[in-house]
Amino acid sequence: MSKQQHEKGWKDLALAAVSPKASTEFLTGDWKTFMPVNDVEKCVGCLICVMLCPEGAARGCSEQGKVVFDLNFCKGCGICANECPAKALTMRMPEKDEEGV
Amino acid sequence: MTTTPTTTPTSTSTSIPEEWKFTARDIALKPDLFLSGHRACAGCGPATVLRLVMKALRGPTIVTQATGCMEIVGSIYPYTSWGLPWLHTAFENAAANASGIEAAIKALSKKGKLKQEHIDVIAIAGDGGTYDIGLQALSGAIERDHDFLFILYDNEGYMNTGIQRSGGTPTGASTTTTPAGKIIPGKLEKKKPITDIVLAHDIEYAATATPYYWKDMMTKVRKGLEVKGPAFLHIFAPCPRGWRTEPSKTMSYSKLSVETCTFPIWEAINGKRTLSTPSKMYSLSPQKKKPITNYLEGQGRFRHLFKPENKHIIDQIQQVTDTNWQKLLKQCETTT
Repeated sequence: MSKQQHEKGWKDLALAAVSPKASTEFLTGDWKTFMPVNDVEKCVGCLICVMLCPEGAARGCSEQGKVVFDLNFCKGCGICANECPAKALTMRMPEKDEEGV
Repeated sequence: MTTTPTTTPTSTSTSIPEEWKFTARDIALKPDLFLSGHRACAGCGPATVLRLVMKALRGPTIVTQATGCMEIVGSIYPYTSWGLPWLHTAFENAAANASGIEAAIKALSKKGKLKQEHIDVIAIAGDGGTYDIGLQALSGAIERDHDFLFILYDNEGYMNTGIQRSGGTPTGASTTTTPAGKIIPGKLEKKKPITDIVLAHDIEYAATATPYYWKDMMTKVRKGLEVKGPAFLHIFAPCPRGWRTEPSKTMSYSKLSVETCTFPIWEAINGKRTLSTPSKMYSLSPQKKKPITNYLEGQGRFRHLFKPENKHIIDQIQQVTDTNWQKLLKQCETTT
């Protein structure tokens, strides 16, 4: 071991272990079997699905105040469809080569 | 990586201010601080809790978290789900860690080395890290009067390590260490009354909440942060994996826990207990209260109780629930 390496003390170490990436780079959308589909006609924009989604996949509103899903993160649990008071949300099997699956 | 304060912090007042006003739209448009892409199971109750809790913050915040499901899923290397300063600590010392952070903030601001006026400290632990392993650290931190909010997300077992029983597991639940079979019908012991234990420390603010009533829960988080001194929040968070329920029914069980009075939601300010609105309904009109079987059926961990030879355990659970509910009603009456 060279002298320089030997003299490296604890003060030269990084302050803490740092996770370099945000988990938004890790897409969990491929976990799901069923995907939520929002019937815009029925959606009243109560945002209950946005509140109760564990993934933050039901998010924001479109211009008409309707809920938009980010299927890149949706794990297909179906909480949104189960809790929707207007019954606008349904869970269905995605078609082949559908986007965000 | 920064938090956006919605209201000016009133850290100097020890009294709890009037209701924090917000709408569903405000919350929906607020950016997540517990980010998407975490590795929790589909339909995870605690993940919803953390998402919503992180949207109820009032300013710069440091979070420290004991080992548990939510610590694991949010910090799998090289990813992190935390959009704010976050420290992982061992199972037993979430509260001790929070005391240290709070003391460091105090010391730095005394020396004038801190840019921020006030930094909130939140300690998060599961039921294992609070009921069993972390109890002495929590008790000590409350006794030393550190200014922090302790959030317990209660999924009634050590779900992360393979569904072992904890002090928070209810009577009759089948876990891998209390397997239901010929010898025992699930866990034989009672659930520990953790919030009563915390209240016995003469804490200024302690409350129970559940994510189905998200508005109530987020208001309680904000109230807990406003308190100058320790605050405790017990959040009931169903776990589809450990309870062996449908992932889509997570929030239904959160709702049923209040409707059957298994987990009544209330808050205690300076020891004065008041029922929160969802639970208050069942004290005003007791006929609306649902039987415990509504809550138990559909949960795989209670499946064995519906066998004819275990029928008496359901009656026993109903009786204990009723007794606890009456006891709580009395406590709410006598102290208000």
